[in-house]
Amino acid sequence: MLVAERTIAGAVIVMSIYFMWHATALPIGWVEGQGPGGGAFPFWLSVLMALAAGAIMARSFTGLISQTHERFFDGLMLRPVLLVIVSLTITVALIPIVGAYIAIPLFLVWYLRIYGRHSLRLTAILAISTPLFLFFFFEVTLKILLPKGVTEPLFFPLYAIFF
Amino acid sequence: METITLLADGFATSLSPLNILIVVLGVTAGIFIGAMPGLGSVNGVALVLPLTFIVPPASAIILLAAIYYGAMYGGAISSILLGIPGASTSVATTFDGRPMAQQGRAGFALVAAAVASFVGGTISVLLFTAFAAPLAKLALAFGPAEEFALVLLAFTTFVGLSGDDPLKAVVMVCLGLVLTTVGLDMISGQPRLIFGDLPGFYSGVSFLVLAIGVYGVGEILHTVENSRTAPTVTNPKLTFRDVWTGCREMVRYWRSISIGSFLGFFVGMLPAAGATPASLMAYGIARTTSKDPDSFGKGNVEGVAAPETANNAASTGSLLPMLTLGIPGSPTTALLLGGMVMWGLMPGPMLFIEQRDFVWGLISSLYTANVAALLINIALIPLFVWALRMPFTVLCSLVLVLCIVGGYAPSERMHDVWLIVGFGVAGYLLRKANYPLAPLVLALVLGPLMERSFRQTMIAEQGNVLAFFERPLSATFMVIALVLLLLPALKYLRRASGKRTQPAE
Repeated sequence: MLVAERTIAGAVIVMSIYFMWHATALPIGWVEGQGPGGGAFPFWLSVLMALAAGAIMARSFTGLISQTHERFFDGLMLRPVLLVIVSLTITVALIPIVGAYIAIPLFLVWYLRIYGRHSLRLTAILAISTPLFLFFFFEVTLKILLPKGVTEPLFFPLYAIFF
Repeated sequence: METITLLADGFATSLSPLNILIVVLGVTAGIFIGAMPGLGSVNGVALVLPLTFIVPPASAIILLAAIYYGAMYGGAISSILLGIPGASTSVATTFDGRPMAQQGRAGFALVAAAVASFVGGTISVLLFTAFAAPLAKLALAFGPAEEFALVLLAFTTFVGLSGDDPLKAVVMVCLGLVLTTVGLDMISGQPRLIFGDLPGFYSGVSFLVLAIGVYGVGEILHTVENSRTAPTVTNPKLTFRDVWTGCREMVRYWRSISIGSFLGFFVGMLPAAGATPASLMAYGIARTTSKDPDSFGKGNVEGVAAPETANNAASTGSLLPMLTLGIPGSPTTALLLGGMVMWGLMPGPMLFIEQRDFVWGLISSLYTANVAALLINIALIPLFVWALRMPFTVLCSLVLVLCIVGGYAPSERMHDVWLIVGFGVAGYLLRKANYPLAPLVLALVLGPLMERSFRQTMIAEQGNVLAFFERPLSATFMVIALVLLLLPALKYLRRASGKRTQPAE
């Protein structure tokens, strides 16, 4: 746990410094006639964030918090978590290319059939009904067009019917 | 008297056919979401918010409030039938709810939970109605200095009052506030923190993106990690006699129920406290004041009733500061606040003057939501039992799809979907390392108000920081905030000196 505590505190410190650097693009001090500059609020809060993370880091070396032998990642449970993250990333990356109506059913088939080992029937019901629901809810009712990528031309006849 | 007239007008709004339908839909969805292990009111509201564009703004808020309400009822269902709290707010309900289910009294426990929730909800809505208008009137006198001091006070409650690590709470508040400054500076109009000129950052980081990331994707990752084996569902046998005895028995516990209601309402108003500690406190009080404290934890129905009244009362309590002051009392109400701002309804005292119909329509819908939740909860118990048997992979995949599409819909930008994935993973890791998420979401919603009020005060007072202490109300808030900030330091010093005086074992 201590390693994870230090790693995260370290990452927060690095992030704060990155924010501070970007915040200095606008004045961080007093601007005559305008009050505090536009960069002041993010800059000084990032400083405070870095100080708090620094204190967390320092505390982890003092031994004042009880040392536990519990591991941050349990090897057995890390796999499903990583699988969700990876499949979600691939799905989001695919959406602008092949469109939401291919990427989302693909994700459902992969997750339900291959990973979850559900029956073909359940997988088929969800993989077909979900995009149908999304189409009627978002495109037809709310007029929000989901990205379609290369499948865009296939939707022209549908647009002609519903719009 | 005036309040009653206004409330009557409110019922004219909330009893319109559309709004009744919305309350019923919202409460059903809320109970369902609340009953699902891993999903609570905050997840439900975050996931449904992007879908509410389909109805007018006032109805959308009523829908979200009904989901919030229903989720508090629903949490008890999985606590009793699975022994796993449906949301953290119903942890205390498992203590006695689970033993009751194992003794074959699940039906009775469910009825008791529903009736207790109804009483807690109703008492707190009455309190809400009584306090709302006077509090809004008081808040009308607020200037930027008071606004800043009040927001600061809200954040310091996380440092001083929540059980979380104070340093980690500070990190999360600062992170949330810095994220709100991404985009165009409100005074000079110049871009800031746009990270290498990415165009997606010019319009800032939406609270919705963070909420869907943290409470949608992050929550799923957390649940995936922590659900090792499928839990066994107890099938409750529910007869009309159970319902009748359940209602009658509750009269005997009027003391625990009324303590739970008042406690829940007032604890719920504090941003850092809310429904979870309120229900644990109500359970504790019920046990210590009981004639038979030993029976608690072994299936005493009073141990189900007390926390359930408190968590429902707390959910109403946390709406009070959100609506009257513009300061949310919980992460869920923070999302409601963000939603209202998105629809152009600015919470705070002016809302009570400018949008009178909306405010009283919402308040009266809390009454109808309570009645609807009680009836739906008891009538649809078999349906919820069936839903609890739904395999987790199905729920998980559908929630993830909802996160992707719900994140895309409001802005129609893939940039936001990528942010959701990023926030989801980061939120999951931070939560795992015991960083509290509630202050992050609250900070992201309150950040713009805090920065604006600070800069307005500074301009008006020409840089005099002591201005916050020169007005009586803001000075009071500032002093309480400072005390709350110093509280953990004092505790730490006491513990450190205690360690030194005690010889090592």
